[in-house]
Amino acid sequence: MIEIHNIHKTFGDKKVLDGISGVFETGKTNLLLGASGTGKSVLLKCIVGLVKPDLGSVTFDGTYFTNNKLDIRQEIRRKIGMLFQSSALFDSMTVEENVMFPLKMLAKMPKDERMDRVNFCLKRVGLENANKKMPSELSGGMKKRVGIARAIAPDCTYLFCDEPNSGLDPLTALKIDGLIKEITEEYNITTIVVTHDMNSVIEIGDKIMFLYEGKKLWEGTRDNILDSDVPKLNEFIFANRLMRDAKKVEEEENGSHQ
Amino acid sequence: MSSLFSRTESPRILFNRTIDEAILIGINSIFIVAIVSTFIGAVTCVQVAYNLNNAFIPRSTIGFMVREMTILELAPTITSIVLAGKVGSSIAGGLGTMQITEQVDALEVMGINSASYLVLPKIIAALIVFPMLVVLAMFLSIAGGYVAGTVTDALTAQEYITGIRGDFVPYNITFALIKSFVFAFLISSISSFRGYYTSGGALEVGAASTTAVTNSVIAVLIADFICAQLLL
Repeated sequence: MIEIHNIHKTFGDKKVLDGISGVFETGKTNLLLGASGTGKSVLLKCIVGLVKPDLGSVTFDGTYFTNNKLDIRQEIRRKIGMLFQSSALFDSMTVEENVMFPLKMLAKMPKDERMDRVNFCLKRVGLENANKKMPSELSGGMKKRVGIARAIAPDCTYLFCDEPNSGLDPLTALKIDGLIKEITEEYNITTIVVTHDMNSVIEIGDKIMFLYEGKKLWEGTRDNILDSDVPKLNEFIFANRLMRDAKKVEEEENGSHQ
Repeated sequence: MSSLFSRTESPRILFNRTIDEAILIGINSIFIVAIVSTFIGAVTCVQVAYNLNNAFIPRSTIGFMVREMTILELAPTITSIVLAGKVGSSIAGGLGTMQITEQVDALEVMGINSASYLVLPKIIAALIVFPMLVVLAMFLSIAGGYVAGTVTDALTAQEYITGIRGDFVPYNITFALIKSFVFAFLISSISSFRGYYTSGGALEVGAASTTAVTNSVIAVLIADFICAQLLL
């Protein structure tokens, strides 16, 4: 479980995060939802320690992270797996080397065991035969899969995904969403996904936090998001014509039942 | 600079990374260093011969001058300026790209000190490889001078060899190697700094590479003057 408390962050004159608090539960896919520029990625980076918040704290399973001693922060970081928006695969390494990298650097295990783990992770994300490929030879969806394999390779306890669907076609996006959800439940890890994709909300949003202009406006699940009475959230959800049509159908059905 | 030496990875990882970087910086630069230094030696020989058109000055002086100019100045400084262009832009461009494509963030999230992991091996590798390339450049410049001098009949092979063997001061080699260490440090650290602190997109990576090269060249020229003043 990850807890954040009163996170503030300002870049120059721009207040990006304004007192955000919340709890991200273990075994669930927690979504940070919001339009572009609302501070979702900055909040994610504050949680993993890539950006230092001006104020506030982050706790991983009861262990204080922000401003704690370096070795404690390092210990926590070694349990973190992260899928970046751009996948952030190391260009100079093959797929196999990319997945093996955290094992080589962080885990003390024999070479054979490392190789087995790499093959297991690649198989888990459906890339059994891509070991020797370079990142430049992969499609966007494959890169995301390799990113997930690299994130889960060292047995991570916390998985962070920054817009895992960006730039992917709807079908591939759906597969990536499914994979994230499966992995979260299978390994009982705490997953936080930054997204602005309503499909992801419907597919995997066990718990959703909606951000607007650096503030948390709404928190709930995919089951009650369509019933929210927050105007900015409704505006965001129903900007999509499909969602508007779905809402209309739902209202018509409800009307006919009454 | 302090972040390079805090939370360093294990010596084995640092060693392997340094060897990788040494191959990238060193082996991949041999061709350009060889071409540039050979022609510099050749041109120096021809131009000195053209200017020493005096019956009272022995022709072997041409060989002597080629050797002195090469060892003291041309091999370390011109080689370093060439490497500032090739290696400096490559370091800044590589690190800049890693920065904007979040590869540096990926290292940090794994709990790896990205500065130490990425930059320190580049600086150590440059310190090892630059003096080797400078020694190679010295040898090839003198050889280039020999070929140019004898092919153009500026002097005989015997005269050239007599010239390059006369009044040899071993300290000049030491001086050139000290300069190559200083230049290696300046080029690798300035380029790494420019690349590591890149933010933005492709345009900024290009700008970082350009700035890295220009800053490195200026630093090399200033350091060249300071070294000459202090050490000669």
